[in-house]
Order: sequence, then C-alpha cells, then structure tokens
Amino acid sequence: MIRVAWLVAAKDLRIERRSRVLLWQVLPFGVMALLLSGLALGAAHAGHSNAAPGLYYLVMVLVALLMINRSQVIEGSPGTRASVATLGLDPAGVFLGKALALAVELWLTGVVLLAGAVLVLHTALGGTLSALPSVVVTLGALAAAGTLYGALSGGGQGPATLLPVLSLPAFAPLLIAGERSFSAALYGGALLQWWVISLVALVAYLAIGILLYGVLEES
Amino acid sequence: MIKQLSQRLLGPVTLLLLALTFWLGLWVTPPDKVQGNLARLLYLHPAVAWVALYVSFGTATIASALYLWKRSRSLVMDRVAHCAMEVSTVFILLTLITGSIWGRPTWGVWWAWDARLTSTAILGVFTVAYLALRRANDDAELRARRSAVFAIIAAINVPIVHFSVDWWKTLHQGATVFTQDGNLLVHGIMLWTLFISLVAFTLLFFWLLRARYRLDVLRGERDQASLEEALVQRRREGVH
Repeated sequence: MIRVAWLVAAKDLRIERRSRVLLWQVLPFGVMALLLSGLALGAAHAGHSNAAPGLYYLVMVLVALLMINRSQVIEGSPGTRASVATLGLDPAGVFLGKALALAVELWLTGVVLLAGAVLVLHTALGGTLSALPSVVVTLGALAAAGTLYGALSGGGQGPATLLPVLSLPAFAPLLIAGERSFSAALYGGALLQWWVISLVALVAYLAIGILLYGVLEES
Repeated sequence: MIKQLSQRLLGPVTLLLLALTFWLGLWVTPPDKVQGNLARLLYLHPAVAWVALYVSFGTATIASALYLWKRSRSLVMDRVAHCAMEVSTVFILLTLITGSIWGRPTWGVWWAWDARLTSTAILGVFTVAYLALRRANDDAELRARRSAVFAIIAAINVPIVHFSVDWWKTLHQGATVFTQDGNLLVHGIMLWTLFISLVAFTLLFFWLLRARYRLDVLRGERDQASLEEALVQRRREGVH
C-alpha cells in the first residue's frame, strides 16, 4: 500500500511539475482571492483585522476546490482508470498517494498565502509562524477529505458544480478548526484544542479513504 | 395478516397521535413558569429534531452501510437510504424553522451563530448534497455506491450536532428532559405530551418513508415500462 502511495504521489507531482498549473494558475488565483478579501474588508480594516485567519482559510478552501478538481481530472483521462484496474493497484494506496500529492500542493500554496497574509493582512510574523503546524495538519485533512469527495463527485468526469456542493459542508468544520487555531496563535487562546480537532479529522478522513476508496473505484 | 394490518393502521394511528400532541400541547398543558406559552413549541421542536437527526438520518446511514456490505447489497437498501434521506431533508428544514420561531422571541434574532444551529444547518446541506449526488449519476449501481459512501461520511456530523451544546458553550440549551445524572427535569402532563409527540413524529417518519418508497418503486416500474414501449416502437420502425 505504501509503495503504491509513493508511486501515485510521485506521478501526480511529476505531472504537476511539468504542467505548471499550480504555479501559473492556482497560485495567482489564490493571491488574487486574498487581495479581494482584503478589499472586501475595506482598506481601513484590512490590516491587523481579526478576520485575517478566517479569510486565509476561506481562500485556501477555494484553492483546494480547484486543486481537487485538477487532481481528479488527471485520473479522468482516457484509459487511466482501466490501466489502474488492470495493474491491480491497491485502492487504499492510490487514495493515500493522491491525498499526499494534493497535500504537498496545498502546503506549498498555503505557505505562499501565509506570506501573503503577513504582507497584505498584516498578521504578526511570530504568530503566523506558530500557526504553521496547525496549518499543515488542517491542509492535510483538507487534502484527504478532498481526495475522497473528488472521487465521489465523479473523478473528473462528473459535473464540475457537484464537487463544491459535496465537499463544502465537510470542509466547514475544518475551516472552523483551522481559523480558531490560527486566531489562537495570533491573539492567544486554546491553540492545542483546535489543532487536535484538525488532527482527528485528518486521521478520520484517512481511515475512511483507506476503507472506502476501493468501493468508489469499483467498475 | 399482521403486516397488512400494521400497514393500514400506521396512517390513522399517526394522525391520531399527532392530533393528541397538538391538543395536549396547545390546550391541556400549562404555560411554562419562565417562558410562558412559548414553551408549547417544545412539544414540536425536539420531536422534529429527533426524527431529523437520529431516526431518518440513522435509517439512511444503516441502509447505506447494509448496501456497502456485500452480503446484504441490494438496490432495496439503496432505495430505503434515498427515501430516508429525502424525509430527513424535510425534517431538518422543519427543525431549523421551528428553532428560529422559538429563537426570535427568546434570543431576539431569527438566526444566531450558535454551534447547534450551525452544525444542524451544515447537516441539512449534507442531505441536499446527497440528493444532488444521486441526480448526477444515471447508472443505478454507481449511484447507489457513491451515495452510500457519502451518507456514511455525512453521518460523522450527527454526533457533532448532538454534542455541540456540550463542546461549545453557546446559546442553545443543553439537555432539557434529563439531568446529566439521569434524573427527570420534566414531569406530569408536560412529560407525557413530550413523549407522545416523540412517538407521533417517529410514526410520521415511517409513514412518509413507506409512502416515498412506494412512489419510488412505482416510478421505477413506469420508467421500465416506457423504456420497453420505446424499444418495441423502435423495433416496429425497423420492420417497416
């Protein structure tokens, strides 16, 4: 399972490196969304706003939706599913690999947007850095949940409008936990408690994915 | 014989108990010492929430799990899960509406960012998403498989809704009927009315589920018949 996971993750990341979709399409979208969030708050309120952690995670959720779709479209190209089925790859390994690749992409985007939050929304650098472990776990949970919901929405072949409807209710608790822990890192509060909630969500989604991804991929 | 009798009696008994609930709740029970007549809404809201969260969502989850389990895999389970989820959507909406009606005079607002309210609304979106997922898949087996997985994932939200009042200190009240030690907080006719309303709405769920299931079966038969008719017509066109 682990070997399959590494193979699938390496394959997805290699495709991403060659296509540069993350660099030229997703990242600019994320930066633009962060700027628009600041504009929506108003120039007078954008700096040092208590809403900065929430806005950061809102943008990350939007970015995640784009990347989940992208991750599933790769599998939707003609012959890919048939090849995976013929090779008899462990579905749990495929799920872990896709989730890992998506997590790596989200982590990279997340770090860039954290820097953006420091720059544009004036979040304190120290607090932002101490929020980093919780950001890593929350984005990991988003990746695991997203991979599962991506497969549920049709694996890149279903209607594009279905993915947000399916995944946003599941992302809501993650967004709350992420926002709370980021806020706690910036302004003080129960950082560990919210970090643990994100960690539990990550473990739960990984377990569900390992158990049920095979059912979704059955032909 | 017994099955037929229970099926025939389900509707009338449900209506009778619902009428009894309304009569007891509106005329027989006294107003609450603190909340006055507003407390009468509590003979409706908890029962509706009970059906929305536990009875209907629980039925949908169990039927979905049974579908995924290879030994009991059958499209009947999928159909039960679908119908239960549809009824659940209606009851979640009713829970939110009755909660809002109670919230306006009590809290001063129709909607508060309370943990129980928000998590219930999210659960409602889950049920709508489940129905959207079903509409997006034409193949019956694929639809059943994806919907079953989604229902099981969505069920994780039910304990979050249940324990939200304990985990987060927000506006919505905690346990009302029992204390944490298991002692009763409601007594006499108020307790009986609450109990009858729970039974009445549970029976209403099963009545609606049965009706929805029959409708689904009839719709399936009609679709099959029109497909066969279309095939016969095509064959005739080929002969001529």
